[in-house]
Amino acid sequence: MTDASPAAVPTPVRPPFLRHSGDRLLGLFGLLVMLLALAALAALLFDITRDGIGRLSWQFLTSYPSRRAAEAGILPALAGSVYVIGITALIAVPLGVGAAVYLEEYEAQGRLSRLIEINIANLAGVPSIIYGLLGLGLFVRIFGMGRSVLAGSCTLALLVLPTVIISTREALRAVPKSLREGSYALGATKWQTIQHQVLPAALPGVLTGLILALSRAIGETAPLITIGALTYVPFLPDGLWSPFTVLPIQIFNWVSRPQAAFAENAAAGILVLLVLLLAMNAVAIVVRDRFQRRAQ
Amino acid sequence: MSRSGRRAVEFVIERMLFLCAAGSILITVGIIGVLLFETVEFLREVSFVEFLFGTEWTPLFSDKHFGVLPLVSGTLLTSLIAMAVALPGGLLTAIFLSEYAGMAIRRTVRPVLEILAGVPTVVYGYFALQFVTPLLQPLVPGLAGFNALGPGLVMGLMILPLVSSLSEDALHNVPNGLREGSYALGATKMQTALRVVVPAAFSGISAAAILAVSRAIGETMIVAIAAGQQPRLTLDPRVPVETMTAYIVQVSLGDTPAGTIEYRTIFAVGMLLFLSTFVLNLASTWLRNRFREEYA
Repeated sequence: MTDASPAAVPTPVRPPFLRHSGDRLLGLFGLLVMLLALAALAALLFDITRDGIGRLSWQFLTSYPSRRAAEAGILPALAGSVYVIGITALIAVPLGVGAAVYLEEYEAQGRLSRLIEINIANLAGVPSIIYGLLGLGLFVRIFGMGRSVLAGSCTLALLVLPTVIISTREALRAVPKSLREGSYALGATKWQTIQHQVLPAALPGVLTGLILALSRAIGETAPLITIGALTYVPFLPDGLWSPFTVLPIQIFNWVSRPQAAFAENAAAGILVLLVLLLAMNAVAIVVRDRFQRRAQ
Repeated sequence: MSRSGRRAVEFVIERMLFLCAAGSILITVGIIGVLLFETVEFLREVSFVEFLFGTEWTPLFSDKHFGVLPLVSGTLLTSLIAMAVALPGGLLTAIFLSEYAGMAIRRTVRPVLEILAGVPTVVYGYFALQFVTPLLQPLVPGLAGFNALGPGLVMGLMILPLVSSLSEDALHNVPNGLREGSYALGATKMQTALRVVVPAAFSGISAAAILAVSRAIGETMIVAIAAGQQPRLTLDPRVPVETMTAYIVQVSLGDTPAGTIEYRTIFAVGMLLFLSTFVLNLASTWLRNRFREEYA
C-alpha cells in the first residue's frame, strides 16, 4: 500500500468485553420484556380466578340475573351466547367459505377481484363497534329486526366474515395443485373438483379457522351493546325475534356496578367465558393436529 | 347429466360464489352509507366547525355542546399510553424472538402470546379496573378510580402480541446475507440487530406500529369499563376521561330514541372513528406490501 492511497479513518473500537456485554444486554432486555408480558397474563388469570372461583357453582350457572348478587346467575346470558353464535355461524360460514372459494379457486384476475381483496383486508381492520353501528342502522332500524337475536347474529356474522374468508383462503391455498390437476385429468369439471377434492382436503384447515373466528365472536361485547342488546334479561331467548343478552354483556353489566359482590359475579362470569373459549380453542388444536398428521 | 346441463350448473355455481365474494363490498358500502346518512343529518343541526373544533361535549345534558375534541383527546391519551407499552415492548420481544431465541423458545412463546391477543376485551376491562388501577394507586398520587393510565397500560398489553408477531415476521424475512455481511465486517450481534436488521425491516415494523395505533383507537370495552365517562379535554392520565368508543357505548346503554340529535351523535363520532382507522389501515397495508416487494 502506498502513501498516496487515502488513509483509513480510524474507528473507535471499544474493548471487546464492553461490546459483548451490550450484546447480551439487548437479548436480556428483550427476554425481560417478554417475561413481563407473560407475567401480566399470569397475574390476570390469577386475579380473576381468585376473585371468581368462590362464586362458581351450579346455582350460578342455572340462575337468572337478580338484584341480589348472591342469587344472580348467568343462565340467560349463557343461553343467549350459544344461540347467537349458532345463528352467526349459520350465516357467516356459507357466505365466507363461498367467497373464499371464489377468490382462491376461480381466481378472476380482473379489477373487481382486486378491489374485493383490498376491501376484505380493510374490513378486517374496522373496529368492532363500527359493525355495531352498521347493525343498529341497517338490521335494527331499516330492516326492522329490533333488538333481536337475529339482528345480533347478523351483526356478528358481518364482523367475522373477513376473518372467515381470510382463514378459509389460507386453508384452500395449502391444498396441493396436483390434487386439482389429477381431478381435471379424470375429466371432472371445476366445481366437481372443488366439491369432491379441494374442499374435503381443506376441511380441517377451514374448520380450525371457523372455530377461531367464532371464538372471537363469542367474546365480542361492543357491537352487541351498540345494537341495543339488553343488559337485564330474566328469561331465555325463545326464537329469532326474541330479545337477548350474552355472557360478555352480563359481565360488563356486573363490572359497572360499584358493589364488590357484583365484581365477584363478573369474575365468575369471566371464568365461564374463558373456559368456553379454551374449549373452542382446544377443539381447533385437535382438528389441526389431526390434519397435520394426515398430511405427513 | 347432459353436457349442457353440467355447464349450466357450473355457471350458476360460479355466479353464486361470485355474489358471496362481492357481498363483502356491500358491507363496506353499508357501513359508509349508514354512517354518512346519520352524519349528514347531524351536521344539519350542528356546524362542521363546532363539531370538529369545539372543546365541550355535552350532548346528553340540557345545555348541549357538540365539540368532539374532548372525546378525541381521551382517545389519543389512552392510545398514546398503550403505544408506549406496545411498541417498545413488542419490538424488543420480536428482536429477542427473531435474533436471540432458539427454535424451541419461539415455538412455545408464540402461542402463549397469541393467548394474550385472544382474551376478550371485557376481561381486560375487568383487569384494568379491579387489578391494575388499585395496584397503581399507591404509586401514582392522585390516581382516580377511573383514569386513562390503567386502561391505557392494559390496552398496551393487549396490543403487544400484534406488534411482536408482525415485527417478528418482518425481521425474520430480512435475508440472512445482510446479517452475515454485517458479521463479516466485525459487527456484534447487537450492532447487527439494531443497525442492520431493524432498519432493513423498517417498513414492515412501521406497518405493525400503524396497525397497532388503529387497534388502540378502535378499542372499546377496556376504556368503557375502566377509563370513566367524563369527556374532558386533558392530557392528565390520572383523571377520568371518555374516548370516542366509550361514548358510543354510553349512549347505546341508555334509551335514546332514533332520529334525535343524541342518537345521531354516535354515528357522527363513529364516522370520525371509521375514517381515522380506515386511513391508518390503508397506510399499514401499503407499507407492508412495499416491504414484501423489497425482499421478494
